[in-house]
Amino acid sequence: MAQQEEHRQTDRSLTMSRAMVEAIAHEMREDDAVFYMGEDVADYGGIFDSTEGLLDEFGRDRIMDVPISETAYIGAAVGAAQKGMRPIAELMFVDFFGVGMDQIYNQMAKNTYMSGGTLSVPMVLTAAVGGTYNDAAQHSQTLYGTFAHLPGMKVVVPSTAYDAKGLLHTAIRDDDPVVYLFHKRLMGIGWLPAPDGPKTGVPEEAYTIPFGRADIKREGADATVVTLGLHVHRALAAADSLADDGIDTEVIDLRTLVPLDIETIRESVAKTGRLVVVDEDYRSYGLTGEIIAGVAEAELAALDAVERVALPDVPIPYARPMEDEVIPDTDDIKAAIRRVRSDE
Amino acid sequence: MLGVTELQDMYETMVMARHYEERLQEEYLEGKQPAFDISAGPIPGELHLAAGHEASGVGVCHHLRAEDTVTAPHRPHHIAIAKGVDLKAMTAEIFGRETGLSGGKGGHMHLFDPDVNFACSGIIAEGCPPAVGAGLAAKKRNTDSVAVAFLGEGAIDQGAFLESLNLASVQNLPVVFVIEDNDWAISMPKERVTDVTNGAQRAAGFDLPGTRVDADDVIAISDAATDAIGRARDGNGPSLLEVQVHRRMGHFMGDAEGYRPDADRDAATRRDSIERLETKLRANDIDDETLDELRSRARERVDDAIEWAKEQPEPEPSAAYEDVFSSPPSEDPERAPSVADTGGED
Ligand SMILES: Cc1ncc(C[n+]2csc(CCOP(=O)(O)OP(=O)(O)O)c2C)c(N)n1
Ligand SMILES: [Mg+2]
Repeated sequence: MAQQEEHRQTDRSLTMSRAMVEAIAHEMREDDAVFYMGEDVADYGGIFDSTEGLLDEFGRDRIMDVPISETAYIGAAVGAAQKGMRPIAELMFVDFFGVGMDQIYNQMAKNTYMSGGTLSVPMVLTAAVGGTYNDAAQHSQTLYGTFAHLPGMKVVVPSTAYDAKGLLHTAIRDDDPVVYLFHKRLMGIGWLPAPDGPKTGVPEEAYTIPFGRADIKREGADATVVTLGLHVHRALAAADSLADDGIDTEVIDLRTLVPLDIETIRESVAKTGRLVVVDEDYRSYGLTGEIIAGVAEAELAALDAVERVALPDVPIPYARPMEDEVIPDTDDIKAAIRRVRSDE
Repeated sequence: MLGVTELQDMYETMVMARHYEERLQEEYLEGKQPAFDISAGPIPGELHLAAGHEASGVGVCHHLRAEDTVTAPHRPHHIAIAKGVDLKAMTAEIFGRETGLSGGKGGHMHLFDPDVNFACSGIIAEGCPPAVGAGLAAKKRNTDSVAVAFLGEGAIDQGAFLESLNLASVQNLPVVFVIEDNDWAISMPKERVTDVTNGAQRAAGFDLPGTRVDADDVIAISDAATDAIGRARDGNGPSLLEVQVHRRMGHFMGDAEGYRPDADRDAATRRDSIERLETKLRANDIDDETLDELRSRARERVDDAIEWAKEQPEPEPSAAYEDVFSSPPSEDPERAPSVADTGGED
């Protein structure tokens, strides 16, 4: 809650994209080793506004449009990072990771370990994630679990402007590779309206948010909802609506998947006994199972009921009725919370 | 040489492709007013329209048969129309309807029509390897079918394309790669991302013929395609063709093109391949009346398809769980949970 209090005290509120741009600009001013590479990041300012305005201040040498060659430029970021630069490489949609995946998981994520710690790879890989606007199977995934599963990269998923800025400062300063996944629906882009929640107060000065600290976005005694990204806001809406029925839900925003703050979740479940994990990634072999296992290992006795709400194991369909069916919404979360409370 | 009847056919198809994009633009923007919201309206999601690309799709596909394979990129409609994809089913797919090509699962970037061997993909250059595979299948089966992979000039720096050139070349496969050069990859002009902007030159590095057609001219494109496709059909291996086209609209609908000089957009609008062909037809004594007739027939087909598509039912939500596999995941029904059982609401 500490952070929540803090950003309520600043009256300047920003969209998530502005908050990210502010962090990048600050780090670029402070450290000339920082530069940004991606498709359409210069004149366009990033398809999802992730670099809006940066070209004007930093020029093409540091805000670099690159060819549609994900393997080459992500790998170039790895190589430059190993030479002491601090590159930020943007994958326009996380769904394109397949094109450059070897550089991501065999080079970026493993070089530190394989070199016995003699090398470090201080880079950030940013990518837009998520559905809800009918962009179909190749442009709607989150793939949170894929990156978190493969060892050697830290994985960050902000849900508010305040968190987005603080976590991005931390990511750029981190000496290890960080995958920073921002949800398109949260950015505050004109053509893709955001829900109310992600636009928050954001201090003008730089600040960091340590990795591995989940944030309790809403305190509650009756059930614990663990989630991330867009679904933090859907879970909060579900919790608000259930509060009218006397169900008091705690909502935990993971914020970083690697490292994972399992302690905060365990403590919450020790209190509520009921756990709902909500994820916009595929259900099987992923985040929901991981969180539940992590709780069960230490708090099995406290665990009265468990539910997971996630994408079923199907590619994301295009047409609205089918996309709505597979992406968890507020009603799905409410129903799951009711189910874990059903013996009350 | 193309006869005048063929030219009239091509004209009609080009008008159809152009009108299709203009009508989709209208339909797409409806429901996105006054503020543009990508997820609102009768066609949600991204929409990449190909107005200004007609000469490429029509000039190349004119020489193809139904059994020849075509893979298209994220900007596929003109190619699909020229390949003979079922217009109504394709339109219903774009509107996300149950009777669409894929029952609404694919959408405009993922159109599949096995009847005419057409497919597309939204990941840049990733249609190239499957086209090589179709060429490989044709060779193994000893048919004279060919495969054509279309890609944008922005895709020529992608490994999937360059690796495909090499594999097709070393295996001597009946594949034609067609680069549609519209000068832009979203906001990036080609000079910014490659020092070899003539994509046809990529061919030399893999020992296959490369040709560039500079004019946005369906006749010139058709001539070049005749050679390349004929060569592939005769077992003489792959070729690479780059054709100049123009992007008359934004990269996707909603793109304000703030990065694009007005002069560039104006030039793209002036260099109209359809007008060019019209001039040619007039020079061949095709009169206004005939041209009018061709145009209205083309437009009517498009308008009919769109009207039809809009009346089609939406898919059931539960259809989302079908088609993950074409066969049951396990032969033992006791042991294979349906995908729906792994859904959110169990
Ligand atoms: C691997 C991959 N990287 C990036 C994108 C995002 N993207 C979609 S279209 C496009 C530009 C493509 O330009 P070009 O190939 O010239 O085709 P055009 O849009 O001009 O027809 C980009 C970068 C993508 N779809 N796939
Ligand atoms: Mg292009």
